[in-house]
Amino acid sequence: MKSRIALDVSELPTYGFGPRSGPWWGAMGFMALEGMGFAIAIGAYLYLLAVNSHWPLDTPPGLAPGTAMTGLLVLSVVPNIWLNRVAHRLELRAVRIGLVLMSAIGVAALIVRGFEFLHIHTRWDTDAYGSIVWFILGLHTTHLATDLGDTIVLCVLMFTRHAQPRRFSDVTDNVFYWNFVVLAWLPLYVLLYWVPRL
Amino acid sequence: MSITGASERELRDGEIDEPELSERLARLWATPRGLIGALMSVDHKVIGRRYIVTAFVFLFAGGLLAVLMRLQLSGAQRHLIGPDLYNQIFTMHGSTMMFLFAVPVMEAFAVYLVPLMVGTRNIAFPRLNAFSYWMYLFGGCFLWIAFFLNTGPDVGWFAYVPLSSIQYDPSKRADVWAQMITFTEVAALAVSVEIVVTVLKRRAPGMTLDRIPLYVWSMLVTSFLVMFAMPSVMVASTALILDRLIGTRFFEPAAGGNVLLWQHLFWFFGHPEVYIIFIPGTGMVSAIVSTFTRRQVIGYTAVVLSLIATGFLSFGLWVHHMFVTGLPQLGAGLFTATSMLIAVPSGIQIFCWLATLWDGKPVWRTPLLFVLGFLVIFVLGGLTGVMVASVPIDTQVHDTYFVVAHFHYVLIGGAVFPLIGAVYYWFPKLTGRMLSERLGRWHFALAFIGFNVAFFPMHILGLEGMPRRVYTYLPEMGWDRLNLTSSAGALLFALSFAVMAVNVVRSLRNGDIAGDNPWGASTLEWATGSPPPPQNFSRIPLVTHRDPLWAERDVLPVVAGLSVERHEVLLTSATEAEPQTREASPEPSLWPLITAIAVTVFFIGSIFTPWAVVWGTPPIAIALTGWFWPAGTKEDEE
Repeated sequence: MKSRIALDVSELPTYGFGPRSGPWWGAMGFMALEGMGFAIAIGAYLYLLAVNSHWPLDTPPGLAPGTAMTGLLVLSVVPNIWLNRVAHRLELRAVRIGLVLMSAIGVAALIVRGFEFLHIHTRWDTDAYGSIVWFILGLHTTHLATDLGDTIVLCVLMFTRHAQPRRFSDVTDNVFYWNFVVLAWLPLYVLLYWVPRL
Repeated sequence: MSITGASERELRDGEIDEPELSERLARLWATPRGLIGALMSVDHKVIGRRYIVTAFVFLFAGGLLAVLMRLQLSGAQRHLIGPDLYNQIFTMHGSTMMFLFAVPVMEAFAVYLVPLMVGTRNIAFPRLNAFSYWMYLFGGCFLWIAFFLNTGPDVGWFAYVPLSSIQYDPSKRADVWAQMITFTEVAALAVSVEIVVTVLKRRAPGMTLDRIPLYVWSMLVTSFLVMFAMPSVMVASTALILDRLIGTRFFEPAAGGNVLLWQHLFWFFGHPEVYIIFIPGTGMVSAIVSTFTRRQVIGYTAVVLSLIATGFLSFGLWVHHMFVTGLPQLGAGLFTATSMLIAVPSGIQIFCWLATLWDGKPVWRTPLLFVLGFLVIFVLGGLTGVMVASVPIDTQVHDTYFVVAHFHYVLIGGAVFPLIGAVYYWFPKLTGRMLSERLGRWHFALAFIGFNVAFFPMHILGLEGMPRRVYTYLPEMGWDRLNLTSSAGALLFALSFAVMAVNVVRSLRNGDIAGDNPWGASTLEWATGSPPPPQNFSRIPLVTHRDPLWAERDVLPVVAGLSVERHEVLLTSATEAEPQTREASPEPSLWPLITAIAVTVFFIGSIFTPWAVVWGTPPIAIALTGWFWPAGTKEDEE
């Protein structure tokens, strides 16, 4: 078929931030389906709660590590948002600092998570309550670990010659994903630590 | 350090004329040569073709199992297949058809067609696309190899607990089923995200939301359904494996677990699954009806809204699979109402197609014949669907052949007939050759007659009380004659697929040359070569109309300004499709295959030992890092 040129896009940028970038939409997609995974897990917990005459079947998990985790994650949003801003401004030095900081926070979160597991007070094979608590905590830990891995790789990358403008957009997507991991934790915290104490 | 962007001196497509432009772009976008090159491919057409062929191989394998079952049931007390093998065979048949054929083949067509239909050069996240295919292939092989090793799952395609619990199934059979689910769901979820992003961000400029082809709309809705339905079955299959491997108690009533939790988790996915298979079928029907009636589908907006409504409603029906488990009356009433309600948007679509056929000038070629078959069979399946939506009727016919008849009418009528129509319709685009019309008509006649002879008697058998999943029955039941009829129909139906295979093989060699647009269709995939060149379009089309090739019959308006030196695609805004960025598209890579192998080792290992999580994770992490780490190409340094 013959064609005639009717539009010139040569002046368009080669990368964009947020909804103007492809990977941002990909991250949105994965957050949607992973969010659904969390919702289903919460549904399973509530279903088991509903079909059992008493709940929890064992002692609820210790409050301190879970609350510490919640505090850490909520506070981590502050440097995360700062990282988002400097990445938008393509400030390489600040972005490097931000990524190192966020990697350290990710490691700290995993350590606190270890304490959470130690204070569940029940095993996964004791009863269905233990199973679902371990499952939900495990599911969120997978997200923490995946995001930490991603952050570390991105952090190393930004110290190399590959720190091109497009990578700053990747940094903002990583920021976005961390916020999701934090946001997903809040209902889980209430569910795992406060619902059994109601 | 320079962080200011691309080099300014690269060559753009506006500076070169055809045919030099096509040659340069074809070289740039081509899959590398040789075996390694083939394994590296990230071209959506190459992957889509592999996906389609693999899905049809699984269709033939699953179909063969169906023929075996029909031979066994063709008379009372036959001894062709024993009970244990029969259990494996019906489970393999259902699992193969649902997880390795129906969903993947719909995704496969979308992988091939959607980028072409929206006018872009490759699917979004093409490496993820390659990874998805490998995961699907490995998951399918895993299931079938296990079957050949006498470890095929034998717990039905929905693997209800406690039958699939370790106490009742101490072998690895149920684990194989559960992990096959994980493989195929990972693959389907990946494709869904790709399709959503391709449709929302890679449409050709000017393709506003109300100019998106109906087939593409159907795949967008389907992809959202996959994203919100499949996590449920992944949670379920993971919980099942954990119960079986490390003794969690999700489904064990003695320890506070609950067997109905499994059914809720499974059907929360399982019912939308039906629409994940059916909605793409409706998109195919819309495309075929429009082309062969030479007019737009009447009620474009109504059809799009019906697709979206079907998507939402499909999440409110799952409990109708559980009517006999004992429900509160309000629950039964609610799920009956929603089950009946979903017939409304499907009905609206059917009236739109009928009106289009009525008002247009139908050209009765093979694709349209299959659409006709779809209309008849699907409406019959829909009618029995409304019947079983009612609790008293469902209670009577639950787990009988009536249900088997119903879902084969819905799924084969609603999805397979449109799909075969789609094969005849898009085969020229994929291969450059036409399928034989004469064999096509034979195929349709055999399929339509064979299908109805095979499945209609099952309604009556079900009403007479014949339960599903029995490997034989006593002569005193009086079910012989109807079963023999059904088996004869099944053979006829199988024969129709043999005709299709012959048609495909012969036409690949000797079929008529198709040309770019053999049907005179209106959508963008017909604006390029058959088969399309590696770059899809040498210049990205500029869309001015819902039916671009009917609106611009001689000269297509196009876009200039993209690079001819590196893989570059045009991103546009989600609603108005206004150009936004020229984004790099990843070059071919082996990492998706390596990652898929690492994940396969992890998945298979983890049905044998929980330690697979420990030793299986580092290789995946390494592979993923290799995947994302810039290789220093022009695309990476943008």
